[in-house]
Amino acid sequence: MSAIKKSVPSVQSIELRSVTKRFPGVLANDSVSLSFESSRVHTLLGENGAGKSTLMHVMYGMYAPDEGQILVNGSPVHFRSPKDAAEYGIGMVHQHFMLVPSLSVLENIVLNYPSPRWPFLDLAAARERVVAMSNEYGFGIDPDAKVWQLSVGEQQRVEILRILFRDASYIILDEPTAVLTPLEVKEFMGVLRRLVADGHGIVFITHKLNEALEISDKITVLRSGKVVGETTPCDTDKNQLAGLMVGREVVPTWQKRGAAGEKVILSVRNLSARNNKGLRALNDVSFDLKEGEVLAVAGVSGNGQKELAETIAGLRRIDGGEILLGGSNLAGLDVKQRIDSGLAFIPEERMTMGVVKEFSLIENVILKSHGTPEFASGIFLRAKKIRDSAVQAIKDFDVRTPSADVAAATLSGGNIQKVILARELSSRPKLLIAAQPTRGVDIGASEYIHKRIVQIRNEGVPVLLISEDLDEIISLADRVLVLYEGQVQGIVPPSTPVEEIGLMMTGGNTHYVVDGCEDSETPPTTH
Amino acid sequence: MSEFFQATVLLGLLTAGVRLATPFLFAGLGEMLSQRSGVLNLGVEGIMLIGAFVSFFVAFESGNLYLGLLAAILAGAFMGLLTAFVSVTMKAVQGISGIGIHILGLGLSGLFFRLTMGSISTMRGFPRLAIPILKDIPVLGRVLFNQNWMVYAALLLVPISWAVIYKTTFGLKVRSVGENPHAADSLGISVTRVRYICVVIGSIMASIAGAFLTIGQHEAAFVNNIAAGRGFIAVALVYFAKWNPLGVLAGAFLFSMIDAFQLRIQIIDIGIPYEIPVMLPYIVTIVVLALSTRGRVLGPTALTKPFVRGVHT
Ligand SMILES: Nc1ncnc2c1ncn2[C@@H]1O[C@H](COP(=O)(O)OP(=O)(O)O)[C@@H](O)[C@H]1O
Ligand SMILES: [Mg+2]
Repeated sequence: MSAIKKSVPSVQSIELRSVTKRFPGVLANDSVSLSFESSRVHTLLGENGAGKSTLMHVMYGMYAPDEGQILVNGSPVHFRSPKDAAEYGIGMVHQHFMLVPSLSVLENIVLNYPSPRWPFLDLAAARERVVAMSNEYGFGIDPDAKVWQLSVGEQQRVEILRILFRDASYIILDEPTAVLTPLEVKEFMGVLRRLVADGHGIVFITHKLNEALEISDKITVLRSGKVVGETTPCDTDKNQLAGLMVGREVVPTWQKRGAAGEKVILSVRNLSARNNKGLRALNDVSFDLKEGEVLAVAGVSGNGQKELAETIAGLRRIDGGEILLGGSNLAGLDVKQRIDSGLAFIPEERMTMGVVKEFSLIENVILKSHGTPEFASGIFLRAKKIRDSAVQAIKDFDVRTPSADVAAATLSGGNIQKVILARELSSRPKLLIAAQPTRGVDIGASEYIHKRIVQIRNEGVPVLLISEDLDEIISLADRVLVLYEGQVQGIVPPSTPVEEIGLMMTGGNTHYVVDGCEDSETPPTTH
Repeated sequence: MSEFFQATVLLGLLTAGVRLATPFLFAGLGEMLSQRSGVLNLGVEGIMLIGAFVSFFVAFESGNLYLGLLAAILAGAFMGLLTAFVSVTMKAVQGISGIGIHILGLGLSGLFFRLTMGSISTMRGFPRLAIPILKDIPVLGRVLFNQNWMVYAALLLVPISWAVIYKTTFGLKVRSVGENPHAADSLGISVTRVRYICVVIGSIMASIAGAFLTIGQHEAAFVNNIAAGRGFIAVALVYFAKWNPLGVLAGAFLFSMIDAFQLRIQIIDIGIPYEIPVMLPYIVTIVVLALSTRGRVLGPTALTKPFVRGVHT
């Protein structure tokens, strides 16, 4: 029994000629001309918003270009939908995973693929092929597992299998490494090499310079929708690439001064909590945070980082343990009381929890302090005071906006993050919790946010930094706490080799265990 | 009270229960399909009313019950297209637009009834159709196999729906569109098309459910608001059923038995105001809904969310 095999042509080359794509108010791709070849890894490098995804969506038939042309193997093509692109042998793994969590791996793979037993599904025939392909690439995927049960890395492999199942010869991967641990990235690079060796062409999108230099045959840098450079790893280096991406020289504008103090400000003792599904997300977590220290929490997404930040901020109930800030227990206090005792919080979900999208910047900046005598007399707000203070804060924190009266939703991620910083830091906090402060933020704004974090650290305020970006962790941290399945896997200095931290993030190596027993009830949760 | 539990009464209760489950099955299975694709069709009640009127009117005027049913199917398809246009194309808030469809159905069926027939008329509906051999099975034969053909069709739709959803390429598309339309879209599935198909089929089934209330009865008649909330119960049923056809079957019987039970109590007169048994199905609906959300089976993730390419919600 064999599935219907359609004859899919083999892509030798794809050429984009002056492709322009506009969104309302945004020129996402500005007359981009590029050519791609088979058996090559062609890296598209660029900051968030540079237009990489849009360009590839055009090449994959999701958007029609406003201007310009696509040529496959030298002849012009007009894709009306991704299905057309797939028929030419082009496949894409999207930045947002395009899997259906409640369906099995097999069901996801055969979705919208002709079935030999139409109108019925023929999972048996597909299973054979999928298992064979999975073994060939060493993926080890169970075809009958539900997708929601898989780790992010495994889900990515399912997407690749789905593309190979459709006999694609050209594969676009949109920021595939953004969600992977260092070890998984290494494996992933191996898979890319295998694919290329088998004659596939690859477009690899990233904003990580190391990865671009490691794997590429050719690198194209995009900025503000335009191609600003084309090179090969041998002809360039990190500094030059960073300069091309950002459009100016990138130099760190901050420096950590002095060692962290000895005085313990925050002491977390045997903290336990559950996630939204009711499963144990934090298990007996203990650590101290000292004066003038950045303690960075590293871990694969979904290992309890979010819950840790939320329990300390008072947004999640704890099952047990203590949170001592300056000696007094926060556990019984509500959010307002915690804010009043000096806690500042930059939440992971900046659009939903960090700001009120529809509110103006002024309103967002005084969200926490609008009830204080400085900004209110009785039940009335003191509009002039509020405006002056907020406008000053917006200026101080370098928020790039046409006016302080626009809705927060209209700003870019980096600028929204600056608005949040302005609000949280202007209250002179005793402790800052920053969850993923630079995720999805451009290099310029990232630099600025790092500068501010280090600045308050240098002033003696302790910072609990939660991040999935190991580069960020290593450059900012005084100590690194690794969380794995809700437990403290170890606390190590930032000079520890990245591979070792990566291993700890996957539960590999235990330096320092708070509690020796494994909690078998806690499955590794992703998302 | 003792005669109340006599075997014959119980048998009558079960037989009535199976018959009364029929509209819940048609409307519930249709609503399930619609919701599986991500569209909450809250207008089921209104569509049922239109189906009930149209089928009765056409059957009454033409003297042909099948022509009446055909008319209900066409009217259901039209209401389905309208619902899909509002919910899928215009991306309206589905809870609100569904209420609009309900009011439209209620108003139109009442209006046309007054304009065309005016007073209550009756005719013979589809007759019982005892199934040879099977009808002779003790108890089961009388309860299940001595009904009219619409009852059998509704029961058959349960395994058919199950097979369509879980075993066909179309069912897989429907499930993917309801869970992650972006994934479906990225593979070249037309989210719009799948949703239109599901909403239209679901609405046709709601209209047939309405037709059963008139021409599916031994003594067929149309009265204003004949659906009496059954369409809304069918929507609730889908949640109770956790979007599974077998669950719809179980829920349809739960509610129809309560319905049959309360009808008996009204007739028997055991000294309580008749409004109390009448309320029973609705009270049970609320209780069941409150309890059934406790399990962590959440519905189709994209339920009620319009799809816009590139905008992840
Ligand atoms: N569906 C869309 N609607 C409107 N604007 C969009 C849409 N997709 C992307 N954009 C805008 O187009 C620009 C390029 O985005 P994108 O291609 O996603 O960048 P990258 O993938 O390089 O981060 C950004 O300014 C983004 O806000
Ligand atoms: Mg992108």
